[in-house]
Amino acid sequence: MGRVVVDVMPKPEILDPQGKAVAGALPRLGFGQFASVRQGKRFELEVDGPVTEEILAAARDAGEHVLSNPVIEDVVAVYEDTDA
Amino acid sequence: MTRIGVVTFPGTLDDRDAARAVRLAGAEAVSLWHGDADLQGVDAVVLPGGFSYGDYLRAGAISRFAPVMGEIVDAAHKGLPVLGICNGFQVLTEAHLLPGSMIKNDHLHFVCREQVLSVDNVDTAWTRDYAAGEHITIPLKNQDGQYVADEHTLDELEGEGRVVFRYQGWNPNGSRRGIAGISNAAGNVVGLMPHPEHAVEQGFGPDGAQGPRTGTDGLRFFTSVLKALVG
Repeated sequence: MGRVVVDVMPKPEILDPQGKAVAGALPRLGFGQFASVRQGKRFELEVDGPVTEEILAAARDAGEHVLSNPVIEDVVAVYEDTDA
Repeated sequence: MTRIGVVTFPGTLDDRDAARAVRLAGAEAVSLWHGDADLQGVDAVVLPGGFSYGDYLRAGAISRFAPVMGEIVDAAHKGLPVLGICNGFQVLTEAHLLPGSMIKNDHLHFVCREQVLSVDNVDTAWTRDYAAGEHITIPLKNQDGQYVADEHTLDELEGEGRVVFRYQGWNPNGSRRGIAGISNAAGNVVGLMPHPEHAVEQGFGPDGAQGPRTGTDGLRFFTSVLKALVG
């Protein structure tokens, strides 16, 4: 069993309301160290066999066309999770 | 009689209100199911509001791949009038029938209010019964209502008169340039966040000139498309 991770983040120029809310909550809970927060999404795509180049290419394709919306998000990383 | 399809996805909420608005405007409402790649020969389509597929992934993102959407995208490119309301607007952006996207409201709260809009383009299939610049009041209720697009797209929309509705008085979700709704270049596809289908019948809508709950400013969306179809 192999696993590919696709990380999606809001585009830097797009305000991230969720990240802003988290950033507002952290100091109230004693975490004053963090100046800002951005919240993204992590997708774990599992395959029955090993993670091949073809699988990674398909994951990149899915990342661009389904898992993210290029108007508001960037796929920032696609990689094999070797701990899977 | 003109037949207008109303699509139901899993999690759609406002399909019955949309169908009622269609009937009050004088057309036949035809229920379209997300899983059927069949438009049943309708003359126009309404994508109603709600939380299709629970807004999983992104609002409208999974609905875009429903069998009925392939038919709607093809027909829209050929001129079929399509109106996307709220979640329906989000589906239209995910389906690339309209540019831009919606993210969470800038103030992070769900908003539910009677909202004033200006109708800035009265040449679309869904707005020709309004006067240019007319202010209308219809309900607005959403969490992911902040319209965003890059500056080039926003300039293009404004330059081509494709900003159809703009929020007046208050920008309720931080939408870029106060945009409440837009159209495609041909004007047959229109999407907006506020809900015209909730303001079509006295006694059930927002407050109007004649007193509480008398507002029916949304009805002319649906009479407009009848007129557009007759030509």
